[in-house]
Amino acid sequence: MVSLLQLFWSFFKIGTFTLGGGYAMIPLMEKELVDRHHWLTGEEFMDIIALSQTMPGIFAANMAVHVGWRLRGVPGAVFSIIGNILVPILIILALAMGLHYLQGNAVVEAIFKGVRPVVVALIAAPVFRMAKTAKISRYNFWIPVMAALLIWLLGISPIWVILAAGTGGFIYGKYLEKKEVQP
Amino acid sequence: MIFWKLFYTFCKIGIFNFGGGYAMIALIQNEVVEKNGWMTMAEFTDIVATSQITPGPIGINVATYAGYTSVVNAGYDPLWGVVGAFLASFSVILLPFLLMLIVSRFLLKFKNHPMVKTVLSVLKLTVVGLIAAAAVLLVSPDTFGTFSESPLQLFLSIGLFATAFFASLKWKTNPILLIVLAGVIGFVVYYGIG
Repeated sequence: MVSLLQLFWSFFKIGTFTLGGGYAMIPLMEKELVDRHHWLTGEEFMDIIALSQTMPGIFAANMAVHVGWRLRGVPGAVFSIIGNILVPILIILALAMGLHYLQGNAVVEAIFKGVRPVVVALIAAPVFRMAKTAKISRYNFWIPVMAALLIWLLGISPIWVILAAGTGGFIYGKYLEKKEVQP
Repeated sequence: MIFWKLFYTFCKIGIFNFGGGYAMIALIQNEVVEKNGWMTMAEFTDIVATSQITPGPIGINVATYAGYTSVVNAGYDPLWGVVGAFLASFSVILLPFLLMLIVSRFLLKFKNHPMVKTVLSVLKLTVVGLIAAAAVLLVSPDTFGTFSESPLQLFLSIGLFATAFFASLKWKTNPILLIVLAGVIGFVVYYGIG
């Protein structure tokens, strides 16, 4: 049986040594969980990726919870998720404290003045990348446009927009979609 | 009581996040900047930048840093800020963690269910709009500077924005590289020359 410490250590490595967010962890996860320890087959691994993307929350954390649960139940899930986020939390916390202490420092302010517009660009760019994967067409482009306008111009909370979209999707799937498939 | 509000807000952000790190950035921005006013747009942008160049899931990093900043900005001691940081990261994973434990039992049935697929395809479309709104809202004097204050900063900001946008979209340039380069340019121009 897989020990809790082993699970913790594997996810510790995955979380600590990946730069670039959750999806960047996939190759290292595959190496650890599939190739090295043979805890999962390649196919199981792909299924778990799909599930973790489907579920709300944070992708890497969802992966850790499912794999940990699968191998060692609820304690396994707890050890995996803590292993995955422990070092990242400590690093970002140290930076938060340091940068807050340095607030108003001319060097730090100069650096961030250069960085800020780039951050805006890095948030704008995925809109166009994701538009492709979300399969935007002339029939459904009104959905993202309306979502953006409701949030931007009317100040409606994105959470309400997501709730409305989820409900709309449910109603569409239940009552409308079937009729289109079977004419 | 800011700690209770922090807990509640980040629980909400966690459970309503469909669509990865950028969607979560959009949700956090809306809650901590627009709705609760816990920090300025510039502070939030700095948090996102820092979160992208350190290891770990971006959503966790932004939540931790935002938790710290919100509490310290409310006038508390930095030690309480540490409590806020842990509280925010705990809250953001709490509900998805519980949901994941429940759903894990029905793994394959669940993800291939046609209803789940339909709802998710609509949510994916919505999330595109959500991130677009966040990007538009982030274009402000806070992040780009103003013409009256410093024309140099405004023009350089627009140039950096366009370059990073193009590089990210066309060449898939690593975001860490873009942030570090922009930091160097910022340092040279605003501190070295200015």
